[in-house]
Amino acid sequence: MFADYTLNELTSIFAMQGFAGLILFSIFVLMALGLAIIFGQMGVINMAHGEFMILGAYITYLSSTVVSEYLPGLFNVYFFIAMILAFVVTFALGALVEWAMIRHLYRRPLDTLLATWGLSLILQQLYRTVFGAREVGVSLPDWMMGSYAITDMIEVPINGIFVMVLTLIITLAVYLMMQKSSLGKQTRAVVQNRQMAGAVGIDTEKVDRYTFGIGCGIAGVAGSAFTMIGSTGPTAGQLYIVDTFLVVVFGGASSLIGTVASAFTISQAQSTMEFFLSGSMAKVLTLLTVVGILMLRPQGLFSLKIRR
Amino acid sequence: MQCKKPHSYKGSMRRRPQIGLIVLIVAMVCSVSSFAAPPTKDVNTTGLAVDDKTVKVGILHSVTGTMAISETGSVQAEKLAIEQINDMGGVLGRKIEFIQEDGASDWPTFAEKSKKLLVSDKVAAVFGCWTSASRKAVLPVFEQYNGMLYYPTFYEGLEQSPNVIYTGQEATQQIIAGIDWVVKNKGAKKFFLLGSDYIWPRTSNKIARKHIEKLGLKVVGEEYYPLGHTQFNSVINKIKLKKPDVLYAIVVGGSNVAFYKQLKAAGIDMTKEKPLVLTISVTEDEILGIGGENIVGAYAAMKYFQSLTNDNNKAFVEAFKKRWGKDIVIGDVTQAAYLGPWLWKAAVEKAGSFDIDKIRTASPGIELKTAPEGYVRIHPNHHLWSKTRIGHAKSDGQYKIVYETAELIEPDPFPKGYQ
Repeated sequence: MFADYTLNELTSIFAMQGFAGLILFSIFVLMALGLAIIFGQMGVINMAHGEFMILGAYITYLSSTVVSEYLPGLFNVYFFIAMILAFVVTFALGALVEWAMIRHLYRRPLDTLLATWGLSLILQQLYRTVFGAREVGVSLPDWMMGSYAITDMIEVPINGIFVMVLTLIITLAVYLMMQKSSLGKQTRAVVQNRQMAGAVGIDTEKVDRYTFGIGCGIAGVAGSAFTMIGSTGPTAGQLYIVDTFLVVVFGGASSLIGTVASAFTISQAQSTMEFFLSGSMAKVLTLLTVVGILMLRPQGLFSLKIRR
Repeated sequence: MQCKKPHSYKGSMRRRPQIGLIVLIVAMVCSVSSFAAPPTKDVNTTGLAVDDKTVKVGILHSVTGTMAISETGSVQAEKLAIEQINDMGGVLGRKIEFIQEDGASDWPTFAEKSKKLLVSDKVAAVFGCWTSASRKAVLPVFEQYNGMLYYPTFYEGLEQSPNVIYTGQEATQQIIAGIDWVVKNKGAKKFFLLGSDYIWPRTSNKIARKHIEKLGLKVVGEEYYPLGHTQFNSVINKIKLKKPDVLYAIVVGGSNVAFYKQLKAAGIDMTKEKPLVLTISVTEDEILGIGGENIVGAYAAMKYFQSLTNDNNKAFVEAFKKRWGKDIVIGDVTQAAYLGPWLWKAAVEKAGSFDIDKIRTASPGIELKTAPEGYVRIHPNHHLWSKTRIGHAKSDGQYKIVYETAELIEPDPFPKGYQ
């Protein structure tokens, strides 16, 4: 298939394809991080993850509407404010959901699955009632659209670079929080042994609430960022949920490094195969490979070695 | 114009003096019918929900679930048409009452609700369905219980049921005119076909490919992505590598938004037409979600655009905005849904009866001069004769019409040589 092209053309296409893979990788990490925190640290399968993302997207939409209406001067930078707002609101809703629903179901993992799925349906209908069934268009400042031309041939989408940088910052922040902050240390202690953690004076309920809230908050930021590349509608969260679970389960539920490694593997495999095969075929092969590896290694790529 | 129908019928009879007696009777019937509705037992011999004052019809669309995005416009159009018909005196002197059911974006639910509408509500007609999957699900129900469905969406063809009137275009009407236009006016030689992975894009691209190859031109790529796919960077690179003259895109749903945003972000400026983007799946409704600035410069081939300037359409757009809000946009399918109740009313009046079998016999040849898209006529194969137009997307989310076929295009749901 490459016989008709010059070397120069091929180099630039492969360079752009490399970027496409990296962008997909960042998107996967951003999608999966919130879920991985909740699933990995608390064992709760949050089926409403996609809806928390879309809440972030709707908050971005609202901010863009409000800013362009009342503060047009700030339009170029509103996106950063919108992301912070998205984090705050989804964090608050997450903490509320944990307090009202999840904490009553901790020893019943299948029930949390069902309860959060119900929550996702409720949220979807809520969005439909409030924002209408149609997708909304989020207008972005001009500097975030278009592409950056590195050479004549190689063009990299600016929103892709934006997502990459954002993912890097959030991943680092989560890593530092988990390793260095006292909340992170408490969280890890609770994951490793809940009774002992409680016995040494850690407020496990508070830790749970913050963990769930932070997971949801990151979902909200992800949703906010995805308004640049995807649609914002009541059911758009469903578009991401399958890939998100795929990444988290494949990576090994309780390991953030695993999530990153798995996102990298899946995104590179998929983007390369999409280039050489058709889109549907690439998806089929990716899923088959993941299923095959999980059969050999049910715990995922990485897993915590701790005594239960 | 519909009120006057019986009189023009009378007029045409008068030109035949040898049947003067019949003319007299018809004239009497007509003058009676303009004061009182014909008795129910004469116009309803099969036990439909028709009484002396009212007739019940069904509206069956998804107002919840993923498809609610698309189907909301159709519901609004059908309700508007029914209200307008009632304001003009109804059908055969009877006010239309509608029973609305929610298909909930779930195909078995569509089948169940259609059975409810036909069997327990005994509605005289159903306006509804959107996706081909929902239509295929209700089809056996309509055929078994002999109902009549008015289906609004442009679709892949390969179907012709005695129990469905298709008010949208079938695939060849939409596709062939569009491709002929880019070949003739833009000198296109190489095409890249892209679609979501299900029956409508695949069948449509098959027709497009056959037609392109018949013209002696080249298809340099054909790709499908699962419904709901949100990452198009790889395929965009592939398009850049293949350098087609035309990117023929049939991406639908949430994928649509992702695709156009990423196309723009990847540095493909559609206004430069390198490649030219031609779509058959983006109406004004979809642009609301995509954002006009992300799709400006693309071309769309379909039968209706909100920006049509004929008087019918001006009145329609005004009435629609008055009823449903000034910011609302009207897409191709919404207009096709609006035709449903009007075509049904014309068929009932021509048949002089609500009976499904009589409506079916009366339907072929029925014309609608007040259609917002202009003049339409029902073909014996239950599809509509219609024109196809090419719209050029503007940044305000509307299309500028740059071309319109001179003649109505004959619907051909089973195109020879394209399967």
